[in-house]
Amino acid sequence: MNAPVSLKASDYKSDLKPVWCPGCGDYHVLLAVTKALAELQRPAHDIAVISGIGCSSRIPAYLNAYGFHGVHGRALPLGTGLKVARPELTVLVAGGDGDGFSIGGNHFLHACRRNIDITYLVMDNQVYGMTKGQPSPTTAPDWDSALSPGGTGLRPFHPLVIALASGANFVARTFSGDIKGTTQTLVEAIRHPGFSFVEVLSPCVTFRPEQREWKSAVHAAPVTPTDDPARAARRIMTDDGFNTGILFRGTRDPYSLARSDTVADMTAFERPFEL
Amino acid sequence: MTGKQPKVLISIETEAELLAHAHAIEQDALERYRMLADQMEAHNNPVLAELFRELASHEEKHAAEILSRAGNIALPDLRPSEFKWPGVDSPESAELDLAHYKMTPWHALQMALRAEQRAFAFFDHVVNSAGDPNLKAWAEEFRDEEAEHVELVERLLEKYPEPEPGWDEDDDLPALQD
Repeated sequence: MNAPVSLKASDYKSDLKPVWCPGCGDYHVLLAVTKALAELQRPAHDIAVISGIGCSSRIPAYLNAYGFHGVHGRALPLGTGLKVARPELTVLVAGGDGDGFSIGGNHFLHACRRNIDITYLVMDNQVYGMTKGQPSPTTAPDWDSALSPGGTGLRPFHPLVIALASGANFVARTFSGDIKGTTQTLVEAIRHPGFSFVEVLSPCVTFRPEQREWKSAVHAAPVTPTDDPARAARRIMTDDGFNTGILFRGTRDPYSLARSDTVADMTAFERPFEL
Repeated sequence: MTGKQPKVLISIETEAELLAHAHAIEQDALERYRMLADQMEAHNNPVLAELFRELASHEEKHAAEILSRAGNIALPDLRPSEFKWPGVDSPESAELDLAHYKMTPWHALQMALRAEQRAFAFFDHVVNSAGDPNLKAWAEEFRDEEAEHVELVERLLEKYPEPEPGWDEDDDLPALQD
């Protein structure tokens, strides 16, 4: 047996009760995040969970760690700034596909490119749930609904392709119902240096009830993770959208800024403004 | 998940390890029923909220009993990855993905039945794979208790007929907008 463990998954849950719809995949994600943090044995005061706006962006409130529920699409800039200022913290940025890939899409590209050592967890349900079911960037073009009769006809955003092409150092997809797999992937993502992107297929049972069938559609990708972006790209181009597992584990050094440099720069910067 | 036998072979080596798993099974089931009770409360289904609280209180009692019966055996402090669950989750944990705001007692008890069946299957597997007679005896005890729980839930289910198709229909659909 290993050394005694002092922190349990339940220690990372706050007293606030989630208001997600019964059956929502985000409940599973919450469980997986608490288990991942228990696996890592990081004290709550060394963890910060940052989010934007949306159903899934409520997650910081349900966790017993530092949390910041930011503005729409701006979770990544907040997480980036925090990590640069406080590099000793484990920074987990969380949100949904609308928040992350639409209004936050530009930040997503540059967070991948900058490769700061944070983990970005996107609970992808291919719909704007909080605002009652509008198509999101990952919605299929033919999804017919009261708010998009006949579908949008638009080609969906492919988060894994974009993450890989933009320079993310760790790229994975999991399914929320696979609590064990999501936990393991999150542990690896947090441990891996640089920008880690984890797409979690997390059904919205209210506006996309057909997503309850995702649990039958998902399957573990029959390959091992690669550190070769070209190979990862070839694999992702033949993806059916339901492959789960770690696609890419890169070796690029994360961006870092020495704190002493920051302090020196700031002092010089403030000098002309001294009274 | 269903109430079927585990697909993956598991090997529990010691009495202490088995007790840690048995305790975690009950503790996880308790937390899961509480989550479901909270969901039902938030979504105005008080009958189900009460039923899930009742199920949670049974699991709480079972978890306390396991600790008491363990006596001087120190339970190992296991990390999530060290639990040898055969599926994607602790076996007696109710399936959150099957929850629905209009679900009925029949659905909740079906959920509980499958959970008890999975716990039975887990301990049955340990009984059949254990070499140590003490470990086997503990596993038999837990398995027989789970068998009793399965029977209890089956008896409860006799009181609740399966709801007619359309039980989940809602005249005030959340997707409809003015």
